[in-house]
Parts: sequence; C-alpha cells; structure tokens
Amino acid sequence: MNYVDTTYPPVRESRQVASFKPALLQTEEHHLCPGCGEPVAIRLICEVIQELGLAQDTISIFGHGCYGAFMSTLDVETTLCLHGRAPAVATGMKRMRPDKLIWTMQGDGDMVSEGLAEVLHTAARGESVTCFMLNNGVFGDTGGQMTAASVVGQRTKNTLEGRDPGYHGFPITIGEMVAALPGSAYVARGSVHNAGSIAQAKKMIRRGFERQMANAGFGLVEILTMCPTGWFLPTKDGPEYMMESLGSVYPLGIIKDVGAEQPA
Amino acid sequence: MSLRLIDGSEAVAEAALSAGLRFYSGYPMSPATDLLEQLAKKLPQRGGVCINADTEIEGVNMAIGASMTGFRAATGSCGQGLSLMQEAIAEVALNETPLVIFNMARSQQDYFQATRGGGWGDYRTIALAPKDVPEAVELTQLAFHLSDKYRVPAIVYGDNILARTLTAVDTSPIAFEPLPPRDWALDGTTGGTGRSKQIWTWGVGKHNTPGPGPQLHWRNIADKFARIAETEQRWEAGFHEDAETMVVAFGTAGKFVEYVVEDMRQEGWQVGFFRPITLWPFPEDALERGCKTARQVLVFELNAGQMIDDVRISLGKRVPIRSIGGISSDDAGINIGDRMDASYIRARIIEAMEPVS
Amino acid sequence: MNVAARKLSRGTIVVAVDRCKGCELCVRACPVDVLTMSEVTNANGFRFPLLAPGCTGCTACQQVCPDYVFEVYKYEEAVDELAAD
Repeated sequence: MNYVDTTYPPVRESRQVASFKPALLQTEEHHLCPGCGEPVAIRLICEVIQELGLAQDTISIFGHGCYGAFMSTLDVETTLCLHGRAPAVATGMKRMRPDKLIWTMQGDGDMVSEGLAEVLHTAARGESVTCFMLNNGVFGDTGGQMTAASVVGQRTKNTLEGRDPGYHGFPITIGEMVAALPGSAYVARGSVHNAGSIAQAKKMIRRGFERQMANAGFGLVEILTMCPTGWFLPTKDGPEYMMESLGSVYPLGIIKDVGAEQPA
Repeated sequence: MSLRLIDGSEAVAEAALSAGLRFYSGYPMSPATDLLEQLAKKLPQRGGVCINADTEIEGVNMAIGASMTGFRAATGSCGQGLSLMQEAIAEVALNETPLVIFNMARSQQDYFQATRGGGWGDYRTIALAPKDVPEAVELTQLAFHLSDKYRVPAIVYGDNILARTLTAVDTSPIAFEPLPPRDWALDGTTGGTGRSKQIWTWGVGKHNTPGPGPQLHWRNIADKFARIAETEQRWEAGFHEDAETMVVAFGTAGKFVEYVVEDMRQEGWQVGFFRPITLWPFPEDALERGCKTARQVLVFELNAGQMIDDVRISLGKRVPIRSIGGISSDDAGINIGDRMDASYIRARIIEAMEPVS
Repeated sequence: MNVAARKLSRGTIVVAVDRCKGCELCVRACPVDVLTMSEVTNANGFRFPLLAPGCTGCTACQQVCPDYVFEVYKYEEAVDELAAD
C-alpha cells in the first residue's frame, strides 16, 4: 500500500479547510489521555467564541477536572474556582459585568456531585450565565471514581463491581432537573462521539451563548465526552460505549429553549 | 460631621457603602441577619447588588466572583456561618482576590477561626475587632482599604452587642491613601491577545505568559503576609506605663475592660489595659512594651482561652498570664451571656490583684 | 471496500505525527476509510494515522481528534496522489 506523504501542506493548488487548533488556544499540547473527548469540546467552545467575536468580552470560570489543563492554554480570561462553586462565582461576575459572556467549565463530578446546590440555585435565580458540563460519568482527574452522574452498572475505581443502586443510588440527570426550573432558558445535551454529533454540539454551544447575550436566563450545555481511561476501555471503543451506557441515560437533544419560542 | 442614631448593623452597612461596596451576598444567621437586611434594602438603591444567597458557601463564592471583576464585594455571617466559608477565605488569600468578610458573631469564641483560619495552605487573614459602633464604622472602611491594598481577605469581627446597640455615628467616607488600579481584575479585554489574564491559586500562568508556579507563588504570598504583619498592627492601650496588673481584651470586651480599668484607676488600683485592634496581625511587640511593668497579665475573653495563646506568644514566660474570662452564653446559645458585665470584670480583676488570704 | 476505486483524492491532510496519542478515533471517523494506523511508532511510542488515496477533505478526522493532530485541505481539482508530479 502506498501512502500519501502528510508531513507538509500540499504543493498542488488547494485551500485549507481546517487548522490544527482553534485561534483561542495558545498551543495544541495538553496532557489529557488518548481518546479523551474533552479537548474536542474545548475546541468547539473556542471556535464559537471566535466566530461570535466575543474573545475580548468573555470570562471563563473553571472547576476542577482534567479540562483544567486548558486553564493554561485558553486565550480568554480565566479563573479556577473551588470545586463545584463555579455557578456561584459566575453569578457574582455576571451581576457586576452584565454585558460580558460569562461561562463555566465543569465536569459531572464538579457540577452534579460537589456543585449540585450551586447549579440549581443559579438556574433558579435565572442568572444569564452559561454552564458547561463535560459528562463522562467519572471523576477523571483523580483516576476515574464514581460521581452522582455515573450510570447504574458502570464500573469505576470505587465501584469495581458496577454501580449498584441498592448501595450507591441512582444517577442524577441534571439537565432535566435544571430544565424544570423557570429560571433556566436553554438546556441542551450534545456529545462528541462522531463528526455529526460534534457539529450538533457546536450548534448547541452557539445557541447557548446567543441566549446569554440576549439575557434570556440560565443556560446549561451538557456534552458527553469519552473517558476510555476511566471506563477501562481501549480508546477506539470509547464512542460506542459512551452512547450505549451514558447515552441511554442522558439522551441527546435540546431539552429546553425559551428563545426558540420567541417571535423572530 | 453628621451624626445619626442608628444600630451597629446599619452603621456597618452604611460604612461599607461609604467604602464603595458594590456587591454583597449573604445568608441570614443571628446576629448577622440585620446587616444582610440593611444591605438588601440599601445596596440596590445605591447602584449595587445584594443577593440573598441560598447557602453561605454560595454567598462567599458570589462575592469572590464580583471582586474578581474589580468591584468591592463582601459577605457576612456569624462564626458558625464563617465556618462554611473557610475554604473560600483561604482561596482568595492564595489567589490574591480582595474580599471583606463580616463576622457579626454570637460570642468571642471565633478568635481562633478569625486568626488561624480553617482553610488549607499558608495564608493569614487580616482580622479587625472593633470595640464599639464608631470604631466599627472606621474599621469597616479600613478593611476594604487593606483588602484592596494587599489583595488579601479581611475579617471585621463584630458581635451581637455591636449589631444591636444604637449609637450616634457619622458614617461618611474616610479618605485613605490612593490605591493603584486593579490591573489584575478580569473584564474580558485581554482575551484573544495572546496575553489573556488568569487568576489561580497555583500561579501557573498560561503557555504564553507562564506564572511563578505553585511553590514560588505561595512563597511570595507568605512573604506578603509577613510584610503585612510588620506594618499593619493596630492596638489601643491605657494606664500601662506603671501598671502592676495588665488586662488584655478584644472587641466589645475591650470597651468593658477599659471602662472598669478607668474606674479602678480613680480608686488607686495600679491597673492598665491593652486591646489589640488587629487580632491578626497581633501587636506582639506593643503588648510586650505595654506589659513592661506588669507583674501579672489577665486575659478577659469570653471563650475557653483563645487570644491568651497570642498573649503567651508575645510575652513568653516573663510574667504570669491568667484567664479571667471564660465561656459565657445565654440559654439560647446565641447571646453573649452574663460575664460581659462591668461588675463581673471588676470582681475578677480585684480577685487577681488582692493577695490570697 | 475497494480502495483502488478511490484513487483520486479531493482533499488531503497534514498529520502532526509526534502529537498523536494513537487513539484511532480518526480511523473510525473517516467516512471513506482512508486512514490506517502505522506499524511504526512516533517519538512517544504511539502509532499514528497514515493516509491512503481517496481523501475528500471532509474534516471528520480533524473534528474527532483529541490532540489537534490534523490540518485539512481541499484540492481545487481531484488529484491522483500517487501519480508522479
């Protein structure tokens, strides 16, 4: 089999249609695991901020997780806050700088375990901030333990026999809970398991930010991301496993969009 | 100078507004509730925001967010509520975000909490303890100034007597030295420039603009607190030049002790008082100088013995040190109890000064 | 799947070989199956993707890649990558 030399850009007449990294990342390098879905989600957020022209009008608040690696490479203003508290920090920021795009970057461990009160109260208050939850059903940064979002039967470092509802209880589907609160304006759940879902997730991110800039109320964009390390899987099996396990408990789609009901 | 007869909660609220408070988030808890209610009413009227937080943890974190964007922000509760905020107080000390925390305390039992703190890491908290409402007005404004100047947390340690006592006070703004602009604050504008800002307790910085990293960052902060310790001590002392017995007290207890000592001096007792205004940094050298002639030091604090540790650190074994206070509470566990009483204090001092028969 | 029938390429990629962590998500994502993992490993010990003729420049590989390994180009005219220039 003869392969094409992919070391350099083509000499034949062509146009570039995709770059290595988005403009708002200072480097492509990161230490996240092979097959991790989080860098894909980060890339989408960077692209949307750039496309909306909001790089100089945005402040991001990171919780604690593997995605924290991007604290040091994201070229927008960032702060790291206490585990779970990002929506509260976002509240203070948005109240003082209501014209800025304020968003949080959290995992399921950060938001649904530690930060359950914060996200629910912030949504109830209808703060026009956008909270992102990268959902892989584990506390990835500490090696892959169970969170409040882990699904029944999911094997993790501290549920080696699989999450047993009789002992460990049932997962909390935060998207549906937030959507039930009158203060929430946009709740969507996407994933990064294939190019099609990635394109859909990008649309959700954009819509979420647009709703914030229209002061519609609280926005939650959940993105299912692969964690083959936390799932004890070969990397190439991550996407399929994710949609079979997490995907069956966390269905993809727009859960709530008050902006969609507004007249054009 | 325009005096109004108002209670300590309202006075502290007005003082905070005079200092330029723009954001307050709090949760009700006696005796800090009145402060929250005052600010819920006044802050929106004066162009600020007051959020009735659903938990103390959220309250302090909201205030942190507001402060990070460059505005004066505060939260408050009593010591039991501050317990929940310990992690957040350490966080702002280590990520250099100004924050004022009001402890309208139920008792004097929060001294360790205020001065040692229960958060992780090598950090200190400036703690200011007013003796009465007029001093609370001054120290509230000072707290915002010092917090901004050094980018550190500052606690104003009041109590329920302070919160509820009506006094004629002037709450107009006090002029402090001008402060540099908040160029560290986040407002989004450095985004996409390749030099976007970051606030992080680990001081890692970004790929293009690396920071000192955790070790050096934390050492720098420790050095900063050492500088604050040298320059920001405040205290008050009286009748100490020839005192045979010195009485040390803080907060409202300090005012009671001052009153008793003044009375006893007129009767000829060789007694003096010392009151730290900054619980941290504790005025160690000033206390040592104040106790030069003393043959015993009595510590009047209404707890099982907390400030007495700092008195011992200051004086060593040079002079006997005893507690004449103790835990004092009412049946509800919320009010200061009956040992905050001039006759009681007087009796304990006399008991310590008269030879044992 | 007959690779020989897809000899013309409408697009191509640049692969940042040493950044690849060998996850193989690109192989799975490519709709025309022109990516396979190498036998040799990169500087970090990971296998990396090799490109056969037939790329359409759809960017699916770049979209799914967690390590930003791909740059993607579209040719103005379909190209026989293996023909001599």
